[in-house]
Amino acid sequence: MRFYDVAELAVRNLRESVLRNSLTTIGISVGVASLVAMLSLGIGLQQLANRRLEKSGLFDTVIVTSRRDLRNFGREQEQSGATPAESPSLDEAARQQIEHIANVTEAYPDIRFVTELRYEDKPHLTMVAGLPFSSRNNEAFDEMAGTFFSSQDAPEAILQKSFAEQLLGKTSRGDANMKVPDLAKPLLGKEITLRYAERAATSPEPSGTADSGYSVVSRETKLKIVGICDVDPDSLRQQGRARVFVPLNLAQGLHVMQPSDLRDTTNMLGGKSTYTTVEVRVKNPKYVQDVEDTIKKMGFNTFSIVDATKNLRQFFAVLDLFLGIFGSLALAVASIGIVNTLVMAILERRREIGIMKAIGAGDTDVKSLFFAEAGVMGAFGGAVGVTLGWIIGRAINFGANIYLKRQHFPPEQIWFVPWWLGFAAIAFAVAVSLISGVYPAGRAARLDPVEALRYQ
Amino acid sequence: MGQQSPAIHTQNLCRHYQMGETVIPAVDNVSLTVAAGEFVALLGQSGSGKSSLLNLLAGLDRPSSGTVFVHGNDLARLSRQELARFRLRTVGMVFQSFNLIPSMTLLENVELPLRFAEVDRAQRETLCREALGRVGLSGRVDHRPVELSGGEQQRAALARALINRPDVLLADEPTGNLDSRTGIEIMNLIREFNESLAMTVVLVTHERAVAERYAERMIFLGDGKVVDDQVIENRDTEFANKDAR
Repeated sequence: MRFYDVAELAVRNLRESVLRNSLTTIGISVGVASLVAMLSLGIGLQQLANRRLEKSGLFDTVIVTSRRDLRNFGREQEQSGATPAESPSLDEAARQQIEHIANVTEAYPDIRFVTELRYEDKPHLTMVAGLPFSSRNNEAFDEMAGTFFSSQDAPEAILQKSFAEQLLGKTSRGDANMKVPDLAKPLLGKEITLRYAERAATSPEPSGTADSGYSVVSRETKLKIVGICDVDPDSLRQQGRARVFVPLNLAQGLHVMQPSDLRDTTNMLGGKSTYTTVEVRVKNPKYVQDVEDTIKKMGFNTFSIVDATKNLRQFFAVLDLFLGIFGSLALAVASIGIVNTLVMAILERRREIGIMKAIGAGDTDVKSLFFAEAGVMGAFGGAVGVTLGWIIGRAINFGANIYLKRQHFPPEQIWFVPWWLGFAAIAFAVAVSLISGVYPAGRAARLDPVEALRYQ
Repeated sequence: MGQQSPAIHTQNLCRHYQMGETVIPAVDNVSLTVAAGEFVALLGQSGSGKSSLLNLLAGLDRPSSGTVFVHGNDLARLSRQELARFRLRTVGMVFQSFNLIPSMTLLENVELPLRFAEVDRAQRETLCREALGRVGLSGRVDHRPVELSGGEQQRAALARALINRPDVLLADEPTGNLDSRTGIEIMNLIREFNESLAMTVVLVTHERAVAERYAERMIFLGDGKVVDDQVIENRDTEFANKDAR
């Protein structure tokens, strides 16, 4: 029999016992819905974690330092590759080279310096860091009071909550529970004065030698406070965390004296400025390892916390597996329903099978027909189940977001059905149904036509 | 006829059933030959083995011993798949209880063997309408069997049996559930096909009168054995035709 004939007969046979077949199909639907809902939850949670990690900027970042930097002396990775003396300098050319590595979105110098900030004529010593414009997507700024920098070199500053408290003299009173909006109110739009030491290059020696030098000049600039953030956007750094942030281009333009400047002078690099650290952002945490390897081959030291993402992926793989197994249990129960329905159908249609055999149906035809009936129930149940699973997921999302809102958290999509899961679930339901149909179809095909024709 | 290869040939054909410790010989050492185009009636009382022999000739059952050849097919040696193909192409069957599938319309019932034969959908409908027209059911194609009289159901069964143009028609008491007038109509149709298509017909009946009217030969069975084999010399064709009119 041709495929479409088998399918057509299967559908018409199923329509003959609508109630029983519908109940069986509902069983499959519930099984598939449970599978889809479970896996979607796993996928949704994984995506939520990935989104959080990506936004935190922790897992897609590689910190690059020069092997010439004395701070790296004696580290494990120096045992292989270029020796400090042979390694290249981490300068603008190296930064650009790193930026051109595949899957690198940006590479920018880490500019940070300890300096004095004056607010209402009171001096406050703290660490200031330059932030690239891309940091505006960092989760640290999600709950920020105020706005991100208006441009890449705007004379603006974002304060970390603890520094804002310090400016307002709150910490000394032990009032650590002040909320960001309360801190922002008196500070936003106000000016602070940044005082710093500028590295001003002197003109080259007239003799044309490579000798060069610079002078240190005291400068100050006014910055407008545009934001106060609660979470630390600089949380990757254990030491040297900044509490005031300015646009990276502005920080670069200030030519603030850096610790590497002194070393560069002694290294006689011909007046070329080098960076202490370059931060590299990678498209996706999964590319971090490759990017790190490439940078290491260039002769630099690297640091990332990529291992944490590996563990996280492993955790979600195990979670998805278990959720899938639990979700499949309902489908396994539904498959018993299919066997039962088809066995009942054989009993009811025994005579019909006999007639079909008498007028020329082969074992394969009868088997195909029962397989097709199982497959149609599976496909239909699968499609309904995916829809049902999707609705359940939406309900979970809706309920979870109401809860999150009550707990003063931003809404999240904790549940997600990718298109492939929908198709895979239907295919899985059809496969399970076909497997369930093996025994009944075989039994129907083996029926003795003479016996079957006698059956009333 | 003697020069032609026989349509049916059995040699020492047996079909024994085991019932506990007792062996029941439903068909016992039956050797017979039916020529192509011949109309043969199998007669006997209930339990004489008529239907069992017909099932063996139809390839629905396998012999316990002996051989059965139908149009050159050694049925005892055919695989299940080959037997199904044989039932589809070589023989057509008509039953006492019509055996139409109740959930299907007449058209769908008649179409079923064509589906198994993988005939194109477009061609199928034409063939089915033609076949149902030939048995006088043009106006009932979309009716379900339950909506028809016994005679109409049997005519539909006949159309289904003949849809694949088989060489042999096997009819198991086709008039058993019909009144005499409807029975005559059905028998006339069968004989018409026998004559117009030169189709071999094996008719199982326990009514000697029917056999005498329509068959060319009567084979009597008793306890599974052939007890008599008579050729009807003066078959009254006019008599039957007259009834049909």
